[in-house]
Amino acid sequence: MVDRRRKKLVVIGNGMAGARVVEEILKRDAGGFDIAMFGAEPYGNYNRILLSNVLNGSQDATEIFINSLAWYEKNNIRLHAGVKVTAIDRERHVVTGVPLRRGAAPYAFERPERAGADADPIEEPYDYVIIATGSRPFVPPMEGFGAPGTFLFRTLDDCSRIAEYAKGCRRATVIGGGLLGLEAARGLLTHGVEVTVLEAAPHLMTAQLDAEAGQILKATMEGMGVKVLCEKITARIVSENGRVTKLEFKDGGSAETDMVVVSAGIRPITEVGVGAGLTVEKAIVCDDQMRTSDPAIFTVGECAQHRGFVYGLVDPIWEQCNVLADVLTGKNPAAQYRGSKLATKLKVMGVELASMGATKPAGPDDEVVVYREPRRGVYKKLIVRDNTIAGAILLGDTDSAGVLTQMFLAGKRVPERRTDLLFAGSGVSGVSLFNPAELPDNAQICNCNGVSKGQIVAAIGNGCGSVAKVGACTKAGMGCGSCKSLVAQLIESCAGKIVYDASEHYYVPGIPLEKSQLAAEIRSRGLKSVSAVFAEFAGDKEDPASKAGLASLLKSIWADEYEDERDARFINDRVHANIQKDGTFSVVPRIYGGVTTPAELRRIADVAEKYNVRMVKLTGGQRIDLLGVNREDLPKIWSELGMPSGHAYTKAFRTCKSCVGTDFCRYGVGDSIALAQKIERRFQGIESPHKMKLATAGCPRNCSEAYVKDLGAVAIEGGKWEIYIGGAAGGSVRKGDLLVTVETHDEVLKYMGRFMQYYREHARYLERTYTFCERIGIETLRKILIGDSLGIAARLDAEIQKAVDAYKDPWKEDAERPAYAAQFNAPEVAGVAGAAGLQEETSNG
Amino acid sequence: MAEAATATMTETDMVVNLGSVEKVPLGQGRPFIINGEAIAVFRQRDGRLFATQNRCPHRGGPLADGIVGAGRVICPLHSQKYNLQTGEGPDAHHCLTTYPVENVNGSIVLTVPAETRIQHAPCAAS
Repeated sequence: MVDRRRKKLVVIGNGMAGARVVEEILKRDAGGFDIAMFGAEPYGNYNRILLSNVLNGSQDATEIFINSLAWYEKNNIRLHAGVKVTAIDRERHVVTGVPLRRGAAPYAFERPERAGADADPIEEPYDYVIIATGSRPFVPPMEGFGAPGTFLFRTLDDCSRIAEYAKGCRRATVIGGGLLGLEAARGLLTHGVEVTVLEAAPHLMTAQLDAEAGQILKATMEGMGVKVLCEKITARIVSENGRVTKLEFKDGGSAETDMVVVSAGIRPITEVGVGAGLTVEKAIVCDDQMRTSDPAIFTVGECAQHRGFVYGLVDPIWEQCNVLADVLTGKNPAAQYRGSKLATKLKVMGVELASMGATKPAGPDDEVVVYREPRRGVYKKLIVRDNTIAGAILLGDTDSAGVLTQMFLAGKRVPERRTDLLFAGSGVSGVSLFNPAELPDNAQICNCNGVSKGQIVAAIGNGCGSVAKVGACTKAGMGCGSCKSLVAQLIESCAGKIVYDASEHYYVPGIPLEKSQLAAEIRSRGLKSVSAVFAEFAGDKEDPASKAGLASLLKSIWADEYEDERDARFINDRVHANIQKDGTFSVVPRIYGGVTTPAELRRIADVAEKYNVRMVKLTGGQRIDLLGVNREDLPKIWSELGMPSGHAYTKAFRTCKSCVGTDFCRYGVGDSIALAQKIERRFQGIESPHKMKLATAGCPRNCSEAYVKDLGAVAIEGGKWEIYIGGAAGGSVRKGDLLVTVETHDEVLKYMGRFMQYYREHARYLERTYTFCERIGIETLRKILIGDSLGIAARLDAEIQKAVDAYKDPWKEDAERPAYAAQFNAPEVAGVAGAAGLQEETSNG
Repeated sequence: MAEAATATMTETDMVVNLGSVEKVPLGQGRPFIINGEAIAVFRQRDGRLFATQNRCPHRGGPLADGIVGAGRVICPLHSQKYNLQTGEGPDAHHCLTTYPVENVNGSIVLTVPAETRIQHAPCAAS
């Protein structure tokens, strides 16, 4: 029975906007509405942004679902999946839909193909309606579209149809050189077809790029094997014997092809609004509260027109959903959406691109700053108006996009030196309080490798113009890396400017690809071992400096499918112990949350005596370190300790320390010990680009130093937990950024895991969280991880869960049976071969 | 190799059969003590064998525990890099003694030439 007091809400459209607005409403008022949803596609709701990943095979269709059917059930939402709404009866206050025939295009304009005569229309009475019908692909006028072998690219079903058909094809043509067209091209490439992209305009991606950037992108794409033809308008698709054979162009030319994918933009789906007599222009017109011309009917997403604009990006649409949820639930009846400035950062075929605001100057007063480096496919352009950013394009190198976007959105005044805006780390984001050029020559700059300013200046004088070159020459910055910004400043003050060195951005030195590109290639080519990656990209030249980084990346991509080659690991990871200066090892067993027992301590003491451990030391991470252990004793020590590995030797989750919390402390307001133990049990051994050290504090006195950890949770009054990320108290000292405040241990685990996964995916190898958080920016991280602006939160949660599930205690595994011969052997004493020859030498193996 | 050695050298050269190549894990190194000297034998993924002194001349790190590839080894302690063939290191003061080594019918056969037992670190000449 429907509760009479609850208002009936009908949502038309189960895409990203429709589902999002419902989530927002539930967040504010879980039981306040009786909700029914219509979705023309026969599924729950998925992340359309990731469709191209499904097409190129890097993600499985099931991975991109945001809400499963169970989610609707759990929240008491009646979901009519595969049902297309045909009418809103504004007099009777009823929405009517008809079930679609399976396989019918959900976005078709013509009368829906009904499932069958027996499929009755479905009616839902309403108090409020939200129209979130989104958009449909635009098909430019041409003959022959619709024949077998011609496709649109908009839904999961489209993806599987395209992939299936591509199997029998040699050549594919994509009509449309915008973002979606290029994504479709990327997807098709992985199916082994020759891909041509046709664009009607003079250059690619007219919405985001100017002509020059478009040309550079074209060259980059052609380097990847995609042919691009601009100013090509298709007149006719020709088919013979039921298969597409060629395209004929308006200019008289033609091109042979075996299949055609049309991805030439989108148009709002507005029929429901038109049919109901609402005001519809380009899209369904709404006011600042997303209300249409009927006060009971609202609209959000790509089908909504607000102050003359129709938005197709996720950020503005999320904002609309928030406003509408505030208004409908009464949480903030005065909430208003005031339009969005458009800034987007995306990747086209693995090429980084950020674009915001205008692409061209509006008049002679606009100042245009351009940097180009065509060989590397880099192009940067700024349009400055009244000392603020009116627009920007960053192609091929988007390191400064975070800062630029912040300045653009906030309308901040830009620095006098415009170049500071184009290059990351050149002063805008990094703060330098003193000038290293004024230091004496003997001042030590790199404290890890003991490199003085004089040595660095000499190297610069010898022609080292980049941080990487100075590092290669002097070793400065090759330790913890925290002096790199000082090195950069020295180069600037000595040589005037830093030479851009592409290799600084490579994920590993031996393969000329940035992390995201490398990861995409590894995924799409299915490379599962380090040697396979070398064979593919380095002609089998196995650069030793690249091996460990590749191993880390492959493991994070493939989890338990990763083909482990032990020689790619650093010695610590081969023997699960930390190598010491004399070649012995240290053993740190896991002590969850720093809480141990007399029995454990007794075993530790016994082991230490039995194996002549040279030092027993309490660590900074609230654990016990056994130092000076011989390699051959490691497996015996592990099994006699009967404790799991503490992973103190590797780039992974290390430990979560805690204060005494509420059990004994008279100040504690949160149970920090229980939380630390939960965290440590969940994330133990999770590998990452660099180590992660954690802590929980039972109150803001911070006895366990949670503010300066890679991740920290601090209990505050009112039963809440603050989560900090990017803290450091090693070579660099930095207080973490507050990510979010939550109420339960489970939420702490959820957001910590989500951040870890994002860090695992996006940080460079050996980039600590404190550099990572500064590079990405806490605002952006909050948007992505808390606001889910990219719609990836659910996937991140699922990925980290996968990693948690794949965890195995390496001590337990290798103590029972070495992973390879000689893993734990002492050096072998060899004899001399007899004069007669080379008979097999006996040895202890 | 043994046959190739001249008559005068066989009196002082030492030829050692270290056993199956499988003793050295693929793509890694392994230390052997030969005549009191720690020598690291490396087996690259492409099958090539190399042998050098095991002790890193920088701070004494065990090179057999380093990461190997493309004819080079990186010391596990401070990431000094050495050429496994020539012994060349980061500078003239830091290079390795290398030893002739071959795969003979699946066995590691290593030669310790007479002069290396007397005179150390000759790589600057190479």
